[in-house]
Amino acid sequence: MENAIKIQVNGDVRTWRSGATVADLLKELDIKTERVAVELNLEILDRAMFDQRSLKDGDRVEIMSFIGGGSF
Amino acid sequence: MADDRLIIAGREFKSRLWVGTGKYKDFAETKKAIEVSGADVVTVAVRRVNITDRSKENLLDYIDPKKYTILPNTAGCYTVEDAVRYSRLARAAGVSDLVKLEVLGDERTLFPDTAGLIEAAKILIKEGFIVLPYTNDDPIVAQKLVDVGCPAVMPLAAPIGSGLGIRNPYNLKIIMEMIKVPIIVDAGVGTASDAAFAMELGADAVLMNTAIAGAKDPISMAQAMKYAVHAGRLAYKAGRIPRKLYATASSPIEGML
Repeated sequence: MENAIKIQVNGDVRTWRSGATVADLLKELDIKTERVAVELNLEILDRAMFDQRSLKDGDRVEIMSFIGGGSF
Repeated sequence: MADDRLIIAGREFKSRLWVGTGKYKDFAETKKAIEVSGADVVTVAVRRVNITDRSKENLLDYIDPKKYTILPNTAGCYTVEDAVRYSRLARAAGVSDLVKLEVLGDERTLFPDTAGLIEAAKILIKEGFIVLPYTNDDPIVAQKLVDVGCPAVMPLAAPIGSGLGIRNPYNLKIIMEMIKVPIIVDAGVGTASDAAFAMELGADAVLMNTAIAGAKDPISMAQAMKYAVHAGRLAYKAGRIPRKLYATASSPIEGML
């Protein structure tokens, strides 16, 4: 892949294409943007920023959502 | 009881039974148990999305956020930093500013780290969160949580998932008398009588998960809890008779032979 970068998504290292945005990543992973929170290098992104923030080599992305739970 | 409303931070809640969504067999059972319980507040946890298996269904496909108040928790957080981080993620995931704040102090007991809890509550309230803190049955800590701006306090009845019931009714009673915000007894309930007892003490609501999800028949237990919370609330409002050591006849002496 040309301009390949390595990023970490939910703890897994993935090879990704340079210049792609957070929105592109979510789309590729088949994750709907509603009901998820995305943290990029410990910064929580506003949903409106998903298609404006492009990913670069070494980025750490966390994609979080709600699951069943009471107390821990 | 028509005007017996539960209002927290300006929000009105119809049900005094709140339920968690963990430990069920599947989402269908979760949905059914919640429906039967009559709860309008359900707690959820915040976790990583499974990116390798996208076939997994989403809890919120079963629990409609328009129908229920979704209360995200910070379950599993042992530090102030983690609890704040998870709260922010929960808000970013887009349900509301509500958070059930847990800062745990110990893995074996899952008792709260109350110093960390107060600190995390302060930070989050400054950021506009509506913080409902899971705390110990300690009236002083409960008051401190109110002082930093918590609109309700959630003291435990017993350790999470223990099913031991109301271990310290006297402390809970003191909390209910001293603290001027709604008190939601959270964690430790084992069966219906525990829930009724909490409500009879004067709790404004009871939150539980394992007692329903872990029962042999969760759907029937959800129904039992609904009745127990309702019965306990009615009894509390009705006012119980004083305890006396000796008998008082309930039939008149007059007219006897």
